[in-house]
Amino acid sequence: MKIKIEKRLDAPRILVILMPLVAVIIAFVISGILIATTGANPFAAFDTMWKGAFGTTYSLSETIVSSIPLMLAGLGVGIASHAKLWNIGGDGQIIMGAFAASGLALFYPDLPRPILIGGMMILGFLAGGLWAVIAALPRIYLGINEIITTMMFNFIAGFWVSYIVQGPWRDPILVGFPFTAKFTKEAWLPRFFGTRIHLGLVIALIAAVIIAILLYRSKWGYELRVIGGSLDSANYAGINVKRSLLLAMLLSGGLAGLAGMAEVSGILHRLQEGIAAGAGFSAFILVALANGNPFGIIVSGFLLGALLTGGTSAQTMGVPPQIADIMQGLILFFVLASTFFTRYRVKFDRPELKSANVESGD
Amino acid sequence: MTQNRDDKNQLLIDMRDIVKRFPGVLANDGANLTLRRGEVHAVLGENGAGKSTLMNILSGLYRPDSGEIYVGGARKEFGSARDALLAGIGMVHQHFCLVDIFSAAENITLGMNEPRVHLNMANIEEEIGELGRKYNLGIDPHARIWQLSIGEQQRVEILKLLYRDAQVLILDEPTSVLTPQESDELSDTLRRLADSGRGIIYISHRLSEVCAVADRVTIIRGGRNIATLELEEIDEARVANLMLGADVSDFVQVDHTKKPGNVVLEIKDLDVTSDRGLPAVRAANISVQAGQIVGLAGVAGNGQKELAGAIAGMRAVDSGIINISGKPIAGKGTREIINEGVSLIPEDRTGTGLVTNLSIKDNTILRGYWKKRFSRGILINWKEVEEHTEKLVEDFNVVTPHINEEIWKLSGGNQQRLLLAREMTSEPKVIVASHPTSGLDVQAAMDVHNLLIEQRDRGAAILVISEDLEELMTLSDQIIVIYDGRVTPPIPATEADRSELGLLMMGSGVKEQV
Repeated sequence: MKIKIEKRLDAPRILVILMPLVAVIIAFVISGILIATTGANPFAAFDTMWKGAFGTTYSLSETIVSSIPLMLAGLGVGIASHAKLWNIGGDGQIIMGAFAASGLALFYPDLPRPILIGGMMILGFLAGGLWAVIAALPRIYLGINEIITTMMFNFIAGFWVSYIVQGPWRDPILVGFPFTAKFTKEAWLPRFFGTRIHLGLVIALIAAVIIAILLYRSKWGYELRVIGGSLDSANYAGINVKRSLLLAMLLSGGLAGLAGMAEVSGILHRLQEGIAAGAGFSAFILVALANGNPFGIIVSGFLLGALLTGGTSAQTMGVPPQIADIMQGLILFFVLASTFFTRYRVKFDRPELKSANVESGD
Repeated sequence: MTQNRDDKNQLLIDMRDIVKRFPGVLANDGANLTLRRGEVHAVLGENGAGKSTLMNILSGLYRPDSGEIYVGGARKEFGSARDALLAGIGMVHQHFCLVDIFSAAENITLGMNEPRVHLNMANIEEEIGELGRKYNLGIDPHARIWQLSIGEQQRVEILKLLYRDAQVLILDEPTSVLTPQESDELSDTLRRLADSGRGIIYISHRLSEVCAVADRVTIIRGGRNIATLELEEIDEARVANLMLGADVSDFVQVDHTKKPGNVVLEIKDLDVTSDRGLPAVRAANISVQAGQIVGLAGVAGNGQKELAGAIAGMRAVDSGIINISGKPIAGKGTREIINEGVSLIPEDRTGTGLVTNLSIKDNTILRGYWKKRFSRGILINWKEVEEHTEKLVEDFNVVTPHINEEIWKLSGGNQQRLLLAREMTSEPKVIVASHPTSGLDVQAAMDVHNLLIEQRDRGAAILVISEDLEELMTLSDQIIVIYDGRVTPPIPATEADRSELGLLMMGSGVKEQV
């Protein structure tokens, strides 16, 4: 048997929708096998994960809480992806956004609440945005791969905040922990329904609507899509490519910065080490699942949040906590792999038939 | 395969009833082609006639939808270029497939399975040298590709096939990149190769060249072979008619009696540099009047791209003047120049002119989305864009199920009609059309010609850049020739002579006139 691969001229719509689903199912099957090797019953584990993510009001609210930074960072990666700009520095931007927001909360604790929280949002956005812009300058002006530069900036941001929370800004009361003092209540984002769901969710939803409008309705979003399609076309249209890309990066990093602000102000109420927790990387999974669509990013952010929350509760039955992370990786891998099938067709040739043809030709 | 290599009449290749469809295009529609041992067989046809598709099928790049290929009498199916090469069929593409930083010898052996372990470059270079001497393909096997001239790179491509013992060599418009002297040497090489018992397929759309080197000529039009002529049957007029179809010129009529208006596009002493930092346009003087089509003839790569880029504001001007109705635009930004009423139909339709992964609707505003009509503050007025697009699609006969369809799904002709529709609907003062019909079938090309003539009669000043003399002679009021960045003074189309223009395009006499 011979396998032939042909380029598809047109991908059936059903395939475009089904493929990511199939990819996720395959990721679950393989994860199930992995769980079985750890000695746990995969079906029981998935059941626990399901209940841990959606089973009670509390678990559902925790799912939403963990999805908020994913959504915001995902929207940021998503907008840049339309211009074929790959912002791998989400984690660093989250950290810098949290850092700047925390600075205001720690040093101006007496500001009126709306001003303090508003100021933290603006600073968080700007810090994340500028962190992304600095990393992207070499790409925009010199053509240096932004995947490398944005990723390297993650380390700078991570170690910087590590130093800050253990050094100059360390908690004067609980000495020895890698975090700052607790913010005053004025700096806490409002929470809803007696759960930990905070205003960050509303910010993420509003951001999705704004991004969708910018992307599909505004002149600038149009420019980004043209740039992503072809740089030559962008020049031909007289688009100021550098400016458009700088703006895209500012917005992309700014949204990640907001995610950082929302984490410190909505959940932790202090700046500490490791707050990004890989959300900047998980953002890529959302973008791949949603094909860059802002609303799709919100939905897949929620699903990935469920996976993380469910994964945590599966620990109670002896499933290692890394399983949820492995599942994330598997999902991204299979989703990316599945795009192959929407672009190519695989044909199977039976050799008996072919050799018969050749003989008749002789 | 145990055939006798000396049998001259034996068919090396027999392609029967080849059909190949692309979305919206029937590229090959029952094409047949035979190749004898020891012959140079020219395949002639217009751009978009289907000759490249047919050759890509023979060399294993495309699979035919139906039809059969026999190699040395045995039926073959190729899944890849490697399969075809194993059957002794290789192709030299117009754009070479060489690794710049590798040496010639490394490129020649690249991708071969033998030797498996130890690569003895000295032996390989020896063999390459021998092949080169035998077929007049001398190159330095040590030289890196980037150090070689285009002509030498082409030799490397041919050697690559010979080193793999290819019996059938397909060359796609091999002289389009060569100097006249290199072209002569290539002819000599091809003759030697044919005499050694190989078969050569030579794709071209230049008749004179074909007569000089070919033993037989097959003419392809509309995706099928129209005729195969022996050398002694070849008559230029007959071949031209076969290529173009008898009644093509009837449809395109330019009224040369109409008097053109004021000078609209005026270029004086223009110097432009190429991407590689070399002078590409040198002290060019061109003027185009309202209601006039000026044809710029020249072999690709003589500065046309840079000239068009400079007029459109996409490329920096070193010195000189470009005026639109007296207003200087040299050095201004692309957008300002668009707003001055300059349209450009770029040579690279799907890489520059249209964004293929965006929709028709998106593409109709590529060069005007900032205009008042299409915008509402920072937003785009999509309702207006949609209405506008519907109208364009209808007026210019763009065949598509929906205006949200992505561009890559359209046929070449529909893409070009859409591109022209966009560039013409703003009633521009100046239109620069770069190779406007390349890759289009005869009907689509005619539509494009008629659209350009319509614009001329409306009063636009039009500069048509093309390699195709037939096209320029049908369309233009005046023709100028560009060679090595220098342009000739205008020649009225009615007085222009094909062979004289051909000579100018090859560089004879241009420098004296400037």
